[in-house]
Amino acid sequence: MRGAKSAKWVAAAIVVATAATACGSSDDSSGSGGGGGGNVVRASWADPQNPLEPANTNEVQGGKVLDMIFEGLKVYNPKTGAAEDAMAESIDSKDQQNFTIKVKDGYKFSDGTAVTAKSYVDAWNYGALVTNKQNSSYFFSDIKGYDEVHPADETSKPSAKTMSGLKLVDDSTFTVALKTKASTWPERLGYKAFAPLPEMFFTDHAAYLAKPVGNGPYKVDSYTKGTGLKLSVNENYGGESKPANDGVELKVYTDNNTAYNDLQAGNIDLVDDIPAAQLGNAESDLQGRFINQPAGIIQTVSFPLYKGEWNKPGMEKVRQGLSMAIDREAITKQIFQGSRTPASDLTSPAIGVDGGFKEGLAGDTVKYDPAKAKALITEGGGIPGGKFTISSNADTGSHKDWIDAVCNSINKTMGDNVCTANMVGTFGDFRNQVVNEKIDGLFRTGWQMDYPLIENFITPLYTTNGSSNDAKYSNPKVDQLVAQANAEPDTKKAISLFQDAERQVIADMPIIPLWYQNGTAGYSDRVENVQLNPFSVPVFTDITVK
Amino acid sequence: MGRYVIRRLLQMVPVFLGTTFLIFAMVHVLGDPVAAMFGDRTPDPATAAAIRHDLGLDLPLWQQYLNYLGDIVQGDFGKAFNGQPVTELMGTAFPVTLKLTLVAIVFEAVIGVALGMISGLRPGGFADNGALAFTLLIISVPTFVTGYLLQYLLGVKWGVINVSVSSETGIGELLIPGLVVAGVSLAYVTRLTRTSVAENMRTDYLRTAVAKGLPRRRVVGVHLMRNSLIPVVTFVGADIGSLMAGAIITERIFNIHGVGFQLYNGVLRQNVQTVVGFVTVLVLVFLLANLLVDLLYAVLDPRIRYA
Repeated sequence: MRGAKSAKWVAAAIVVATAATACGSSDDSSGSGGGGGGNVVRASWADPQNPLEPANTNEVQGGKVLDMIFEGLKVYNPKTGAAEDAMAESIDSKDQQNFTIKVKDGYKFSDGTAVTAKSYVDAWNYGALVTNKQNSSYFFSDIKGYDEVHPADETSKPSAKTMSGLKLVDDSTFTVALKTKASTWPERLGYKAFAPLPEMFFTDHAAYLAKPVGNGPYKVDSYTKGTGLKLSVNENYGGESKPANDGVELKVYTDNNTAYNDLQAGNIDLVDDIPAAQLGNAESDLQGRFINQPAGIIQTVSFPLYKGEWNKPGMEKVRQGLSMAIDREAITKQIFQGSRTPASDLTSPAIGVDGGFKEGLAGDTVKYDPAKAKALITEGGGIPGGKFTISSNADTGSHKDWIDAVCNSINKTMGDNVCTANMVGTFGDFRNQVVNEKIDGLFRTGWQMDYPLIENFITPLYTTNGSSNDAKYSNPKVDQLVAQANAEPDTKKAISLFQDAERQVIADMPIIPLWYQNGTAGYSDRVENVQLNPFSVPVFTDITVK
Repeated sequence: MGRYVIRRLLQMVPVFLGTTFLIFAMVHVLGDPVAAMFGDRTPDPATAAAIRHDLGLDLPLWQQYLNYLGDIVQGDFGKAFNGQPVTELMGTAFPVTLKLTLVAIVFEAVIGVALGMISGLRPGGFADNGALAFTLLIISVPTFVTGYLLQYLLGVKWGVINVSVSSETGIGELLIPGLVVAGVSLAYVTRLTRTSVAENMRTDYLRTAVAKGLPRRRVVGVHLMRNSLIPVVTFVGADIGSLMAGAIITERIFNIHGVGFQLYNGVLRQNVQTVVGFVTVLVLVFLLANLLVDLLYAVLDPRIRYA
């Protein structure tokens, strides 16, 4: 029969089809293995962008895990942001340039091996070496010998494998020599790029990546990439922040709306990124179990000072005028539902007054004053070319909404259509254009702090050739104040010198400070004691499960 | 017929080469992905150059493409940015999406054909008008609205289903997402079946079948169905491919870590390997689904022959 014969060929084609589509269908069953106890905190997560190596993680999702499985020489107090000794017995220096670091004895990694001074020296040398392609390697750039392991020129090869500034003294002591004086340098050591690494990181890297090993309060039980990560209490942990729960289960969500719905349905305990659309009703939806507090992130708009017309003498008046033409209060309320706070300095409230935050430092230059704004712009010679654009990427973070609002505010002030949004397709393309000075108008910039100190908000952004000085701003006075601050042994005086530098930057206005970004989180009625640290990451060790 | 199948399979080779190159070039046009890996921070040029070299991005496009093809032949689809081989991602993502697609296909075939038959057998009747209104409604409401609505009502409000699908992705959990994915196609299948049944009701061969005294079950079940289903089979077959690729929205809503999730991540992070690898497999699925449809014609309609 004809039909039966055809059916045979259909079957044959199906076999080919399934064979073709099933190629590489290797099932890995690493998802099993549960944590002990039942008091596990279930939290939302997103796939980290890079492998979970301390010096290669520069975003919050990977950082969240590193926070739990590593403890560095210092930790930042979740409430005040102050750097406190953790694994460090002492960090001493006579000249603010050569430091002697003593590591506390008797601590272990979760695989049972000891944490020694060598664990730090090896980890830092690994992070700095250019061939390891760690994207936070610039953290080590202040250490002597960094230029040999990480030449700035992209074509030259490293001439050394280890930094000459790191010297092992004995099992629990090592010394660090910096290129220049930096009194606040020890305060940076709470950042996870400075975490110690176990021997197996170097001997069996693949095993480390599959299941990272650290010295923090938690240890990794299982890690299924793209799905989730299970952590339980690390019995080998001897530090101060012992977990108040039995473990943490991180679940990957593609869409934060789904995570939020799961939270409402009680399927998950903690969501640390409330969708923008829900911010207005989160407080009532969650019956008060909602956190909205400033994070260590400041959003700014940069001027292209590499273009002569924006950098002429007198233009600082135009730049200040544009800053005063923006109604920050209204925009943060209407566009961001209060999840942003208008900026009044160049740091963030998250670092606290002790870290160098000073409310109102920028004074009138960030206050909405249309009349004065217009006067200043005219006085300074007007907007170059009569109009300008504000550029940003279109693919993430709905930036167009607030850029339109900012332009609208400026246009209303000027009584003319001078400002328009210019959206670039992808974030990668946008950043390329910024880095290569291809953008003629203003562009969106933002800074997420690495450590809660004013130094981190000034040096990379406003010193000449600073690593993230996208505006290409340069003022010898600022450079000199920063150098002076770094050489100042007294932290209080150092901070006040940094603030002097900050005042000078505000006067020159190479960037317009817009607002501080808030961290948001919601939690279920199953958990208590939920708080966010200055990096907007939940303090998992403190969470108790009812 | 055997020769026909082999010829069709061979035709896939140039299509495969063409599509992979087009997608490769398109992702390439999006620009350099390395800058995005550093966030708002300016990348340190030496590290960026090392990463570029490692990913082979410092070579000219044609050379990158040839290297990529060479790797694919050896079964190596490259690596995603988090260091996972793309084949491993495919191994976890495709079975999940396949399950979702099957659930959706079963929904759209069973419910769609049944509704279409009921309304087609009595055109203009109550059932016909009801189905017309129902399908109109489904077609006009976007998928994400149905998705979020069902999720909120059934998951959050009444707690009947899980809001998000667990990592085990059981068939039971996929029923509602499957229904959401199937929605629009289901409506089309209903319409298609209805039209074609209503048309065939008036044909000569059917009148003959009734006239020679065949029982109604045989008239409808064999004579009418078999002929009326040809356009429906075409549609459903072609739909397999688009359902697999087009479930991105539904997969996001219900947190299903399938093909849509991986593609979305790949595009967002401009990972050429992930995007090209997944799309290539999807292209193959499309081609094979089309071949199956063409072969099924011959089964349904003895007049069609392939040589």
